[in-house]
Amino acid sequence: MQHMRRAVTVALLTAGALVVAGCSASGGDSGSASGDCEPAGGDVTLTFTSWIPGIEDAVAMWNEANPDIQVEVQTGPSGNAGTYQNFFNQLEAGNAPDLGQIEYDALPNFRVQDGLADLAACEDVVAAEDQFLDWTWAQATLGTDDEVYGIPQDQGPMALFYRSDLFEQNGIAVPTTWDEYKAAAEQIRALGGYITNFSQSDINQFAGFVWQAGGQWFQNNGDEWTVELTSDESETVASYWQDLIANDLVAVYPPWTDEWNNAYNSGEVWTWNSAVWGANSIASGAPDTSGKWSVAPAPQWEAGDAAAGNWGGSSIAVFKGTDHLYEAAKFALWLNTSEEALTSLNETAAIYPATKAGLKLPVLQEGVPFYGDQKIYDVFAQAASEVNPDFVWGPTMTQTYADVSDGFKAAVSGSGTLNEALASAQESTISALEAQSIPVAK
Amino acid sequence: MFSRAGAMIVMAVFTLYFLIPLWWLLVASTKSRGQLFTTNPLWFADPQFIQNVTGLFTYRDGVYAKWLLNSVLYAGVGGLLATIVAAMCGYALAKYRFPGREAIFNTVLGGVLVPATALALPLFLLFSRIELTNTYWAVLLPSIVSPFGVYLSRVFAEASVPDELIEASRLDGAGELRTFFTVSIRLMTPALVTVFLFQFVSIWNNFFLPLIMLRSEELFPVTFGLYSWNSTINQFPELRTYVLVGSLLSVVPLIITFLLLQRYWRTGLGSGALK
Repeated sequence: MQHMRRAVTVALLTAGALVVAGCSASGGDSGSASGDCEPAGGDVTLTFTSWIPGIEDAVAMWNEANPDIQVEVQTGPSGNAGTYQNFFNQLEAGNAPDLGQIEYDALPNFRVQDGLADLAACEDVVAAEDQFLDWTWAQATLGTDDEVYGIPQDQGPMALFYRSDLFEQNGIAVPTTWDEYKAAAEQIRALGGYITNFSQSDINQFAGFVWQAGGQWFQNNGDEWTVELTSDESETVASYWQDLIANDLVAVYPPWTDEWNNAYNSGEVWTWNSAVWGANSIASGAPDTSGKWSVAPAPQWEAGDAAAGNWGGSSIAVFKGTDHLYEAAKFALWLNTSEEALTSLNETAAIYPATKAGLKLPVLQEGVPFYGDQKIYDVFAQAASEVNPDFVWGPTMTQTYADVSDGFKAAVSGSGTLNEALASAQESTISALEAQSIPVAK
Repeated sequence: MFSRAGAMIVMAVFTLYFLIPLWWLLVASTKSRGQLFTTNPLWFADPQFIQNVTGLFTYRDGVYAKWLLNSVLYAGVGGLLATIVAAMCGYALAKYRFPGREAIFNTVLGGVLVPATALALPLFLLFSRIELTNTYWAVLLPSIVSPFGVYLSRVFAEASVPDELIEASRLDGAGELRTFFTVSIRLMTPALVTVFLFQFVSIWNNFFLPLIMLRSEELFPVTFGLYSWNSTINQFPELRTYVLVGSLLSVVPLIITFLLLQRYWRTGLGSGALK
């Protein structure tokens, strides 16, 4: 399936290149001018594309309560598996939906292609800022002060999932720093296990590590982009994991495969540095280990620090060309802030909200049986408050991820290092930006 | 004698090679989500196939059944129309003399070389213009075009419809259309079944066009629906079983089609070769 996905991605990118190359300037943009966020004053129907299963339950509640603003849900594969390319095609053809699900790391791409409406024109949106964690809001403002390009929906603060039973039986303390983590890795290796699995293809997880270390991969001052895949923090994180890989202290199964699940299910691998949504991944991939897991705050680079990374999360954006900015913004705010919608989204798709109030949902205060009845969401709520708001994504993340991943795959099979992979992706990312005429600071 | 045994061994190895993934799919479809990674991948463990199928057909108000019907509609109707069009076109190219005939045929032949994927995006932009995206037509209309079918039909018409027969039919007072539909098409049947099968399978498996054209779940064909689910498996693990069972069941209509039409296409494949 990985090959299949790769093939599809390539096909989509090729198709995208064709669009860009054969750009027929057919953009008869009939949308509202920016800065115009007024109610339409009649009945409105909005189209909304999302791949979240069960999101139509929440939308049905909205439709019942708002007969004058009806929302139609459209669906498709997850963003990078086709839906983003569809958005670009639709923007090109002038029939984009009013609203769409866009992950944080893809927002800058849509912004650079001028596909998003600025929601800062809507008073309600500006007024809602305080309801969101500052860093999730920063993901939607793309680091600007006065522009908003989406309403944050969910987040993926990271912590350490670990096999509390194995740590206890073998008298190994739960690591609180990355140094301790390496020491524990050696002890676990001596017992025949691995402390964790290094993922060669979840580059956004690795970015989460860099994020936690206070590092940046991109900067944008409004005019130019700076690419910093080889920043000091990024290098430190890469060297750390390279060392673990080189000394055979981590497993290197391709993630999300049967053998990967099996390694966790059989107790060969003891921990996973993952996001809040990872709780379900373990529960479904390693069912035999039920009740034996716990969650602890992520290991820190300095003892006593309190920093967390983030892996995942998305926003609801409004596309340029919509005739109903006001209504679209109103719906997106309701979907991502109201308790009824957040409760429904959590029930149907385990969505972990991006709002402060959302973290206090009753369902997120309960113990989870798979984790020995630990109230694991307390750990994640704490982590959510420790995520650096300054982390910015680049405008060509699909390409960056693919290039880093190629290098990482080589590194885990023994040719080259993670640092070399970052260095080469640094170069190819700059080339990709320049190829799209996006100004890069040298 | 040895060479025969050797050939048999090679055949057996390749048969296994092709059948193991199917076998795995069959076995995996009978497992609960927990057993998928924890039990032998090539052998059964507490089969609960009926339960999985029931789950699949009730998930999201039975959208999977709708997808199957859509696929049958796209591939069945599309394949049928494509076959009729290709048959008429190929027959005309084989049996009539008119200026530009070779040019038309060569253009059609060129069409065989253009991958459907490359046409999907221009088609999307075209269909956007006439506001037909996200409708049944968006998938059905492009499916009616089969350059390869035209090529096959021409070859078969030349090989299996004697000019004398057409002449005789004309002398008896039948018009061209009547001649085609009562005489020629019967002679071409084995070939047309082959064309239909080719087109049926390629529409059934074509998910790139639906991916680009369709947004409403109730219009999806089964391949694209399963692909959509599969793309979110990491986020929503409960979909895994549905993707597996759905994939297994989605092969069934293809197998049925092949078995039903088997006797036709077996004669069809060979009939062009010995003339």
